[in-house]
Amino acid sequence: MNKPIRTIAIFCLLLFLGLMLNATYLQYYRAGDLNEDPRNRRVLAEAFSSERGAILVGRTPVAESVPSDDQYDFQRKYPQPFKYAHLTGWFSYFSQTQLELTQNSVLSGDDSRLFVTRLVDLFSNSSAKGGSVQLTIDPAAQSAAYDGLRALGEGVEGSVVAIEPSSGRILAMVSLPTYDPNELASHDFGAVAERAEQLEARDDEPLLNRAIQTRLPPGSTYKIVTAAAAIESGNYDASSQVPGGATYQLPETSGESGLIDNEGRDCGSTRIPFTQAMGNSCNTTFARLAIEVGADAMLEQAEKFGFNSDYLEDLPNQAESNFPVDMNPPETGQSGIGQFEVAATPLQMAMVSAGIANGGTVMKPYMVEAVLTPELDVLPRTEPEELSEAVSAQTASDLTELMTYTVSSGTASPAAIPNVEVAGKTGTAQSGQDDVPPYAWFTSFAPADDPDVAVAVMIQSAPGTERGEIAGGALGGPIAKAVMEAVIDR
Amino acid sequence: MTQTGSIMGFVHRRRRGAELFLLVLALAVGIGAYAAVGLGVEGTVPAGIIGYGSWLAGLVIVAHVVVRFTAPYADPVLLPAVAALNGLGLAVIYRLDLVRDATFSSQQLTWMTLGVVLFVVTLIVVRDHRVLQRFTYTLGLAAILLLLLPLVPGLGATINGARIWIRLAGFSFQPGEVAKVLLVIAFAGYLVLHRDALALAGRRVLFVDLPRGRDLGPILAMWLVSLGILVFQRDLGSSLLFFGLFLVMLYVATERPGWLVVGGTMFFGGAFIAYQLFGHVRDRVDIWLNPFAHYGEGTDDRAFQPVEAMFGLAWGGLLGRGFGNGSPDRVPYAESDFIVASIGEELGLTGVIAVVLVYGLLVERALRAALVCRDGFGKLMAVGLAGVLALQVFVVIGGVTRLIPLTGLTTPFLSYGGSSLIANWVIVALLLRISDQARRPVPTLSGEDDSDSESTQVVKAVPR
Repeated sequence: MNKPIRTIAIFCLLLFLGLMLNATYLQYYRAGDLNEDPRNRRVLAEAFSSERGAILVGRTPVAESVPSDDQYDFQRKYPQPFKYAHLTGWFSYFSQTQLELTQNSVLSGDDSRLFVTRLVDLFSNSSAKGGSVQLTIDPAAQSAAYDGLRALGEGVEGSVVAIEPSSGRILAMVSLPTYDPNELASHDFGAVAERAEQLEARDDEPLLNRAIQTRLPPGSTYKIVTAAAAIESGNYDASSQVPGGATYQLPETSGESGLIDNEGRDCGSTRIPFTQAMGNSCNTTFARLAIEVGADAMLEQAEKFGFNSDYLEDLPNQAESNFPVDMNPPETGQSGIGQFEVAATPLQMAMVSAGIANGGTVMKPYMVEAVLTPELDVLPRTEPEELSEAVSAQTASDLTELMTYTVSSGTASPAAIPNVEVAGKTGTAQSGQDDVPPYAWFTSFAPADDPDVAVAVMIQSAPGTERGEIAGGALGGPIAKAVMEAVIDR
Repeated sequence: MTQTGSIMGFVHRRRRGAELFLLVLALAVGIGAYAAVGLGVEGTVPAGIIGYGSWLAGLVIVAHVVVRFTAPYADPVLLPAVAALNGLGLAVIYRLDLVRDATFSSQQLTWMTLGVVLFVVTLIVVRDHRVLQRFTYTLGLAAILLLLLPLVPGLGATINGARIWIRLAGFSFQPGEVAKVLLVIAFAGYLVLHRDALALAGRRVLFVDLPRGRDLGPILAMWLVSLGILVFQRDLGSSLLFFGLFLVMLYVATERPGWLVVGGTMFFGGAFIAYQLFGHVRDRVDIWLNPFAHYGEGTDDRAFQPVEAMFGLAWGGLLGRGFGNGSPDRVPYAESDFIVASIGEELGLTGVIAVVLVYGLLVERALRAALVCRDGFGKLMAVGLAGVLALQVFVVIGGVTRLIPLTGLTTPFLSYGGSSLIANWVIVALLLRISDQARRPVPTLSGEDDSDSESTQVVKAVPR
């Protein structure tokens, strides 16, 4: 019987060899694929448990990982939750948003730029730690914007964006209402789910980053773009006389719906100085100018400032600001004063000001200044990038003149700063619905001769303010002023 | 039958000292793993480590002492290999207990204690394995009855789709685990008697000696029993185990590969028919072939267990996450059928290969006992017991690592489960008994009569 026993022994050897080869295949050759499967919760749990890098504003973290003594090793914390919620987003077991999402590869340490660090971790057998992200945000500007918006009272819905015109660096971005990302990053998953459900169910949409995700009619602030198109057409400059008048009947229309007026502001009878038209925000002037340059030139000018495209890579879900195509003359007239289907995000209106402030060149906005290794060594910084040449330097200078007049002697005077020349424009846009109050806009930059900062303020709803008092200048002007001061005083 | 070493003048050494040394190493594995689990999961050595370690050491020492006195020539590697596996299994079960707030490990320790008691009883009661041959048919009948027991209404219980359990006074037990030991003994007794008839008659077809039709009776009966287990108890693993076991023993008894051809054909034929007829068999194959189609949201999620096990194994990689740093508890039944996935996740490929190697050592040592054993019954029994271990290990680990379709069986000594652990400790006792008999020096009965036998002449009768 020994021969078959030997055969059986060899057979068993082969069986066990098969087991070992198969285990090797599974745990070595296929392991990479299996570990990359998005359904693999182990990998998620590992990521959730690991020490992620910080998101820094100045030298202060606005998102960081701190050791945790529950089943996960680290807990994500947001030390200034409400002020930075819409920038950091949150990092939870179920979802990642905003910078936590777009900068995930750096924060988790998987980024190729952190390769050396990973290698060192591997050899020193220390657990991997993610890199940090340095933001362009100026904490003073961010605080001014946040405090300014909040000062409008309980239940305010609005947003402030500030940009450095020469580079496109985003200096402040605030959206209200806000939320506490700490609650959504908790390790208590039941509480997280409940809280997320509550936040999503709310009518005032606190999870929405209004600075980039909410498009509203920009109203009179859009007149800057119309003025740009008019000056670029070659027919006007800052000292030109432009068509004025108390009322203007849009072409191809008759009756009340096609009649444009100036709500009591002085816009002369026939022709008025361009500065007066801008300073008094004359609807009749800008509707005429829009029709004069035509729908195509208006569209081209809007798109040069960034309408109908997205350009912000550091935050997800940017809404494209809209300027309509194929308009007839009355629609063109309406769009010239920021109505009809024109819709802009606060970021877009900040870029209009920033483009003019930067001599006509619109810089691509960005929020990530630099990526830092876990040891806080700075890897190459983000290089400013040109987005487009919106207007010529001369046009920019003319527009600056019109906007500084608007601050010094016109509707934008609440943004005036002593000893600093400020350029600005107000806007109050009809919502189009009777029960919804108008939207207040303000956009500006300062100092006018050598701009450090461009700001856009949008107030979607301010329940604490009487409907009649809602106006871009009154509500937005002081906030824009505070933000500009914060940057200039730096 | 080839004769063994001792006839040629070779005398095996007892090697009990070597066994003791290996046992200390095995204890280091078991107690070390237990301490590592505490360190990994809770950051401190478990509070009860001294009591636990003493208990484990006590069991192992008792087993060793009993072997020393009752089976002094037994193979010195078998017991340490088993002790290492059992100790590692306890530690892994304890690790799973810690995250799930369960008490499987303390129950398993109780079962292990009972297993060692039965091990001792077996070694003391069965002083010569050949006496078991007398009970061939009794044990065979008992095995069949035990297999049928779960089908008795009121007594049997269906757990996870398989009707292989009996519930009695709050205890559940798998009679099949005991039946497999009895079946090995019964097969060995039957085959050693009928091997000549099964081996010699038959005709040669294409290089293979095929058995006679009328000798196909036993294999046909075993085939039907296996199919019955598959159909009525829905237990793929046991069905495969019993039939494979019988086939191996038949082949060894008759030395005719033809039986393997016949049996293999019957196995694949039966498997094919079962695949066609029974949904639960088709399910298993389908899940085996396309596990990811049955995993995750939007699917029926029937492959959750095998896919989670694969994720775990991949996550473990070469060196493993370390005790406490994986999530082996994500795999359902991680403490029993899927314990190898837990080992693979936390101890890595290294751990899995180490475990497979220890099993390999165990099986090859058992086959070595079969090789040197002097009587046919003992040889067959040792082969059968080795086969039980080898097939179980292959079917379970192969199923968990997706080499073959998943069938429900326990990993010997590692998995949580009382019936299995007790039966496997008895198997080790029987193997030690056979190897003791095999390695023991032959008693010199006829020393002085040698001259007589030389002078006696055998005269062949020449037919006219």
